[in-house]
Amino acid sequence: MIDTVQHAGQDPDRPQPYAELGLKSEEYHRIRDILGRRPTSSELAMYSVMWSEHCSYKSSKVHLRQFGDLPRSEVLLVGIGENAGVVDVGQGYAVTFKIESHNHPSYVEPYQGAATGVGGIVRDILTMGARPIAVMDPLRFGPADAPDTQRVLPGVVAGIGGYGNCLGLPNIGGEVVFDDGYLGNPLVNALCVGVMRHDDIRLARATGRGNLVVLFGARTGGDGIGGVSVLASETFEAGGPAKRPSVQVGDPFTEKVLIECCLEIFAADLVVGIQDLGGAGLSCATTELASAGSGGMHVWLDRVPLRDPSLAPEEILMSESQERMCAVVAPADVDSFLAVCGKWDITATVIGEVTETGRLTIDWHGERIVDVPPRTVAHEGPVYERPYERPLDLDDLRADDPARLPRPSSGEELRALLLRMVGSPNLCDKTWVTEQYDRYVQGNTVLAQPEDAGVLRIDEATGLGVAVATDGNGRFTCLDPYAGAQLALAEACRNVAATGARPLAVTNCLNFGSPEDPAVMWQFAEAVRGLADGCRTLGLPVTGGNVSFYNQTGDTAINPTPIIGVLGVIDDVWRRTPMASIPDAQLVLLGETREEFGGSEWAWAEHHHLGGRPPAVDLDAERALCAVLVAARERGLVTAAHDVSDGGLAQTLVESCLRGEVGASVTLPGDPFVALFAESAGRAVVTVTADRLPDLLGLCAAHGVPASALGVATAAPTFEVVGQFAVPLAELRTAWTATLPALFGGG
Amino acid sequence: MTRIGVVTFPGSLDDRDAQRAVRLAGGEPVALWHGDWDLYGVDAVVLPGGFSYGDYLRCGAIARFAPVMQTVIEAATHGLPVLGICNGFQILCESHLLPGALTRNAHLLFRNRDQRLTVENVDTAWTSAYRPGQQIVVPVKNGEGCYVAAPDVLDRLEGEGRVVFRYADGNPNGSARDIAGITNERGNVVGLMPHPEHAVEDLTGPSTDGLAFFTSVLGALTSA
Repeated sequence: MIDTVQHAGQDPDRPQPYAELGLKSEEYHRIRDILGRRPTSSELAMYSVMWSEHCSYKSSKVHLRQFGDLPRSEVLLVGIGENAGVVDVGQGYAVTFKIESHNHPSYVEPYQGAATGVGGIVRDILTMGARPIAVMDPLRFGPADAPDTQRVLPGVVAGIGGYGNCLGLPNIGGEVVFDDGYLGNPLVNALCVGVMRHDDIRLARATGRGNLVVLFGARTGGDGIGGVSVLASETFEAGGPAKRPSVQVGDPFTEKVLIECCLEIFAADLVVGIQDLGGAGLSCATTELASAGSGGMHVWLDRVPLRDPSLAPEEILMSESQERMCAVVAPADVDSFLAVCGKWDITATVIGEVTETGRLTIDWHGERIVDVPPRTVAHEGPVYERPYERPLDLDDLRADDPARLPRPSSGEELRALLLRMVGSPNLCDKTWVTEQYDRYVQGNTVLAQPEDAGVLRIDEATGLGVAVATDGNGRFTCLDPYAGAQLALAEACRNVAATGARPLAVTNCLNFGSPEDPAVMWQFAEAVRGLADGCRTLGLPVTGGNVSFYNQTGDTAINPTPIIGVLGVIDDVWRRTPMASIPDAQLVLLGETREEFGGSEWAWAEHHHLGGRPPAVDLDAERALCAVLVAARERGLVTAAHDVSDGGLAQTLVESCLRGEVGASVTLPGDPFVALFAESAGRAVVTVTADRLPDLLGLCAAHGVPASALGVATAAPTFEVVGQFAVPLAELRTAWTATLPALFGGG
Repeated sequence: MTRIGVVTFPGSLDDRDAQRAVRLAGGEPVALWHGDWDLYGVDAVVLPGGFSYGDYLRCGAIARFAPVMQTVIEAATHGLPVLGICNGFQILCESHLLPGALTRNAHLLFRNRDQRLTVENVDTAWTSAYRPGQQIVVPVKNGEGCYVAAPDVLDRLEGEGRVVFRYADGNPNGSARDIAGITNERGNVVGLMPHPEHAVEDLTGPSTDGLAFFTSVLGALTSA
């Protein structure tokens, strides 16, 4: 029998399954206080999904406020709180970008989990009024040779490709990192970028009494019920029940058609407000639209088109069926709206109207099943000041300095180490992954992986473009969450600047363990503080982001992994800086190398060691380095640039050589092992023709950036460290490319 | 100006790219709609890449029945130049304008790479601007690009010089006899899996080798 508001009054003490829906006892009682009665089963369903950690940010909110408190940025057109932030990139263009996690679904069902992760973030971007123009995927897996990684990685990669390729979105970058901690809890983050004119920005709000609420896109089915509360907001228990029914199933074709349909609707100016249906489905869309608008909405839930007619109203409200959108449309525009949907064969149904009652009311075949103040569901959920405490073992971890680890002591040993390092899973060629993604579609991809950042042209006439990079290092963040978040921010900025683009704005996806663990909460608080302070120093706004908690299996949390995305702008993409060296150019190292091996790839790959301190962060030096990279591009001083990060200078030089199929002959000052493998931040290698070298050195001096000549790029296909060793490029290439095909197969 | 139609099916992805390629080659791109019977007097038609109708059932199997395809099929038999790229090639095979079929890549993975091709037939409407035996580099990106046909059909294609493009330096999908693209008897209909429309600008492509597809057809139409 359907549980109505009337029943709730008549039968006030009926036991309700709030715990099974993920609500704590005190949360349930707060709902009763808000409503002045017990919730109906439909109301309980809505509160349970909307008050889940995933939707309500109840544990993170008190910390995330720091992002909102950053100085107001002139480039920020829409800030935190909407589906995605929007940034002014000039010439009347606005760019929106955001990153989200789909970690747990991708572990349970790798293909669909990853695919619908792409679908969800693309709809967020579309909802802002933008045409989605690219995606990127930062990924983290358990050890490359672990049996479960063999299951998870191919499915995740195929899912990202299967969905993104079918949407016609170039995949322009991302990361693939392996680490023991992600076994049983991979990270599948998805970033999307969209572009629009300033006037085209849309917002998620239901305003104007009498305006109609239209649900359009796919029909609603039983998939993904409780995805946010059951999957995203709980820890996996070893041996627990399979949670596959909570994973959504994607249909990229419907989403592609939905994108074109929405863009046509936007162009004809047929919507007042719009919201996508993602986590928490209709519960989220209706309450958020109403809450952000004039405050009232009425919905006839029985009008929702269903894939499965047996679904109960609670299930319809919680379903996370993909490829659905909800628009608020003026009555005069409804026929035009439905005509555009008809052109694209999109199902569209008027399911409700905007009211001024201040309540969200929902009827099911004439009976009232929901009557709530929408703000209490969408925006005024519980807020927790979770206790946090510095992990007890942190001092021991930091004291375990990698200085004690054995190092190579001869040129011959360095040579062997280099070949092992470039072939190690984290440093090896990722073509096996990226070949499964379309990087060409839309015809505006100027740079894509393995370049430092993806670069997209957004105006063919003027050459205006944007660059995007994502970075994150869980080991650095484990050793020092405050510094780790800043190192990720600095690296992403550096990668954007390496292409010649000017960093403009930041998004983030904060992947952590359980917020109920005070040590994890401390990591989170420190990382957020570090990121906020970092953005303040660099003068960059945070445009939005996503928090993913409960990334742990049993008591073991992942390394804290804030993934930072940075968007940059470049006024002329024809003059971007690529990473491939060209023969006879001078190789110059910018920045300072110190003996820093804490959390380094060398310590991990060679010794399975994690300890000590991460590299020191100097954000002023990072900002100066970025300024040099951008100015050098503008003045045409450099022919190539590549940042120095994981694997140190050795990895940077090898990648630049292999990318351009040119050799290098370098002379290193001091200890060659430290010079090659230390992971000091704030560094990049650039190539410059001999005649421009003095200008480049002058530019560096003016910005206070140390610059040291390393040697030359050579036509001879050999990588040589003078006085130490030489390796033919062919040998390096074999070592670099063999790893992933050997592990994951494919012809 | 010579007008070249580019059909958009629901799920077409490279339609705007094909339009750009036409424009860069000096032609006038005309958007055609799958549900429309009219070709609006265009001088040639491009069926672009993508996943028409989601490629459910079989790649190209539903698109073949679109209203616009009935007109395209009819016009092609009377000599209208038609180029099918990737999904467009699949649609041409499903329409029986070209023989054979495209099946799942032999290694079962989607693959996107810069692919070297040998141009083996320069007598078609779409390849006259190339030199015989010319090597070009054009992106390939597909999950179902493995060309198959009965042995006698393959022999006939080879015998009649209707293999237009062959994969060089490695076959990316397991296609029979390294076949990347073919033509019909008349040489007005060409289908290939690689994407010439993604190789029309130095800025965004691995080369500009793809531009000659479009200058070929414009040249043929202007001189005709």
